[in-house]
Amino acid sequence: MMKRIWALFQARNLEFLRDRSTLAWNLLLPFLLVFGLAVLFSGDGRPLFKAGVIAAGAVDAPLDQQLHPFLATRHVEFYRVPDSALGSAIQKVGRHQVDMLLDLRPGQMQYWVNEASTNGYFLQQLLQADNNPPLQASSVEGEQIRYVDWVVPGILGMNIMFSCLFGVGYVIVRYRKSGYLKRLNATPISATEFLLAQMLSRLVLVVFFTVIVFAGCHLLLHFVVEGSYLNLLIVLVLGTFALIALGLVVAARVKSEELAGGLLNLLTWPMLLLSGVWFSMEGSPAWLQWVSQLSPLTHLLEAMRAIMLDGAGLADIWANLAVLGGMSVLFLLLGAWLFQWTER
Amino acid sequence: MDAAMVPALKTVAQAGVVGGRLDAVPPILEVRDLKKHYPSVKAVDGVSFSVRTGSCFGLLGPNGAGKTTTIEMMEGILAPSAGAILYKGEPQGLRFRAEAGIQFQSTALQDFLTVREQLRLFQHLYPHGLPLAEIVETCRLESYLDRDASKLSGGQRQRMLLGIALINDPDVVFLDEPTTGLDPQARLNFWELVNRIKARNKTILLTTHYMEEAYNLCDEIAIMDHGRIIAHGAPAALLAHHFQDVVIELPWADFAPVAAQVAHRKLDKVQPVAEIVTRDVNAALDELLQLGVSLRGLQVRSRTLEDLFLELTGKALRA
Repeated sequence: MMKRIWALFQARNLEFLRDRSTLAWNLLLPFLLVFGLAVLFSGDGRPLFKAGVIAAGAVDAPLDQQLHPFLATRHVEFYRVPDSALGSAIQKVGRHQVDMLLDLRPGQMQYWVNEASTNGYFLQQLLQADNNPPLQASSVEGEQIRYVDWVVPGILGMNIMFSCLFGVGYVIVRYRKSGYLKRLNATPISATEFLLAQMLSRLVLVVFFTVIVFAGCHLLLHFVVEGSYLNLLIVLVLGTFALIALGLVVAARVKSEELAGGLLNLLTWPMLLLSGVWFSMEGSPAWLQWVSQLSPLTHLLEAMRAIMLDGAGLADIWANLAVLGGMSVLFLLLGAWLFQWTER
Repeated sequence: MDAAMVPALKTVAQAGVVGGRLDAVPPILEVRDLKKHYPSVKAVDGVSFSVRTGSCFGLLGPNGAGKTTTIEMMEGILAPSAGAILYKGEPQGLRFRAEAGIQFQSTALQDFLTVREQLRLFQHLYPHGLPLAEIVETCRLESYLDRDASKLSGGQRQRMLLGIALINDPDVVFLDEPTTGLDPQARLNFWELVNRIKARNKTILLTTHYMEEAYNLCDEIAIMDHGRIIAHGAPAALLAHHFQDVVIELPWADFAPVAAQVAHRKLDKVQPVAEIVTRDVNAALDELLQLGVSLRGLQVRSRTLEDLFLELTGKALRA
């Protein structure tokens, strides 16, 4: 059994690596996207100062100067932060994503600012000019998270998704249409062996190329990686596996490449939009966030960002890992169950 | 598991041939009342025959007769609608997959692999692959072994596919229209290969729409049309059974002026050759002479499988 899987695994790898144009595209596209975005967003794109406010009262109650005269300052975007999100809001101040955080609840009356942030410094100067009732200062430290730091996992994840879904789904359908599956079906190889070989080949290639692109971008852009590289690799392998398994489901029976392309687009585009590739799903309607949890890409990206930006360990992202693992098993069983070599 | 049984069976088969008791050997393949019905068409509509161990069996028929559907059900690729297929007395199972060599009408392979890599891939898919050198020698692949398999000529490609079909040292080889689209030289070449395989006492199941090919290669043939077998037997026996006459051929130009007056039966053939069928050549020639036909371009030939085919199906073969 291993001999057969190994033979198919090697053959598929050779086929992929010798297809120069596809290979070049697989390497070039993610590089181009990362660098394109790095250039586009290199300046600070935010025209406003942005400050989070925790205050008593209803969630949609207005933030006005009755709470504190500072809130009347123009050209500052004050937005309400729920009490429960205090911790993550402080973290955002540390990463320069929010310039200042004010806690105006009675008895709290304090603010957080990152001394290293230009915007934070200016806001602090403004506040101190009229700090009445007085707010107590707290300093937060942390390196600035650029958009690039945030979007790199998204682009890598997007590339992995396309590579897995099309590289497995589309290729198996192509094999079926050309009649190659029919020829294999006439040999003693089983469907499971064939599918395993295809999965392993794609897994190894995708992980290999992702690591290359990751290393290349890292050298040139120095994006933030707080957590462990090993954990990142584990998440990468698991996420890739789940996406490949999803590709197997699409490819299980479809005989036409056009239909396969349509189905794959139907899957990839919503995932691209809803999984937080380009922008965070924070602040979008609850039902949309719920839908986004159905996408394996969401969990891959959440886990990658948690490791890279927050330095999370595997224990912190167990929920994402469990969902990815569960999806892998589900898709794999479904794909193997549905699989047909040819129309019978 | 099965490996231990295979040599034993082969010995039995050979003993049968040596002892001259061919009938005592059970058929390697048996098809009983096989049917494949699609919603709009009965592609195969009740076909029964058996294939003797070590023989070459030909399935003949025009395009759309049901040859490929039949052979693909026998290969285990298509599921029959009804009927049974027995391999060595049992339904096809894993053992059949391991012992059958298959060449489809059009076989697709993976891209970007050389001939050597293609052979090696399939060699590894079987429990007991033959050494590559043996395949290369048998199918004469030496000169293009390291070429990209998608850049071969038609004849080269068919030889490579035959090599793949032989790589598991099969007991039975299925060849579905293996020479369709080949030039005459490549076709002769391929026939020679098939004869080599036959010499190794392999059973061959062949479909073709070239009567000449069937006549040259097959020990037994079945002619199919509309999903049924309409004639079945050894080629020579079939001809002897259906025909006691011969064909007189004349250039159409010489024959045309008297065509309406000739009493002998004429074959419905395309010009430029007119064909007259007769059991008595002398009488036919007398008639032609009396009508004043020039006999300079005359030829007499015996009946061929092609005649039989046209007689039975009423269709032009290569249409």
